Amino acid sequence: MQNGTVVCNGKEIVSVENEQTFSAFAKQVYKDQHWEYPKFFKMDRLSKLTFLTAELLINSVTISSEEKESLAVVFSNKSASLDTDRKYQDSINSIENFYPSPAVFVYTLPNIGMGEVCIRHKIQGENAFFVFDDFNPLFLKQYAESLTQNNKARQVLCGWTEIDEKGYNSFLYLASPNGTLPHTEETIIKLYTQS
Amino acid sequence: MDALKQELKENIIEQLNLEEFTVKDIDNDDALFGDGLGLDSIDALELIVMLDKDYGIKLTDPEKSKEIFQSINVLAEYITEHRTK
Repeated sequence: MQNGTVVCNGKEIVSVENEQTFSAFAKQVYKDQHWEYPKFFKMDRLSKLTFLTAELLINSVTISSEEKESLAVVFSNKSASLDTDRKYQDSINSIENFYPSPAVFVYTLPNIGMGEVCIRHKIQGENAFFVFDDFNPLFLKQYAESLTQNNKARQVLCGWTEIDEKGYNSFLYLASPNGTLPHTEETIIKLYTQS
Repeated sequence: MDALKQELKENIIEQLNLEEFTVKDIDNDDALFGDGLGLDSIDALELIVMLDKDYGIKLTDPEKSKEIFQSINVLAEYITEHRTK
């Protein structure tokens, strides 16, 4: 998901011509999908991006509720929760206007969006969020494989979900023993650059 | 008092991001928590900040907040009595 476009399994499913803000774009995607999950509107921008991307991916694959329960989740990005950290800082910058918002504060960690996905789908497997300078396919591959090799999970939802003042982009994939593509660094790069 | 109730509904919808509600959807006697608007504990904290910021009311007793956040009617009455701005 980036620059007003959503691609799922190589197919473009949303494309917005005009230049929308991320919030307007996210709202449009949510409404177009006819989801009913009012909590979505309370999320910060990173969580909305993470939630929407995960929702579209999970709804596009066949995965039972039992499989979801043991699904592991490994997400990453560059800016952590800086987007919301700044917003929160703005609310406490001035002593005369010191009104810290609890609803903003609860999103000042990058893994909260991941938590929103887990709550939505009752995912209880291992989860971890990593911060890198750039998209790191080799790390995702190795970490996901270590989880499966150590019997911590059979399937791993992996990816990158990044938002800052300059823009947004997210890319998630499901690593599964029933997968149709080999789980290699090359494949991950190819999927990432195609999306 | 009616203007205050209207203002409270608008502020609650905006500040708590209740995108799927309009002012007309909220009756003055509707429960704000539980089955009513379905607000949660973070929303309660946000309402406490709103009381301080918009009306100069500082709530320190959580039991008190349970009492005054029952409905728009109860909240408006409390604000009218205790507001400092």
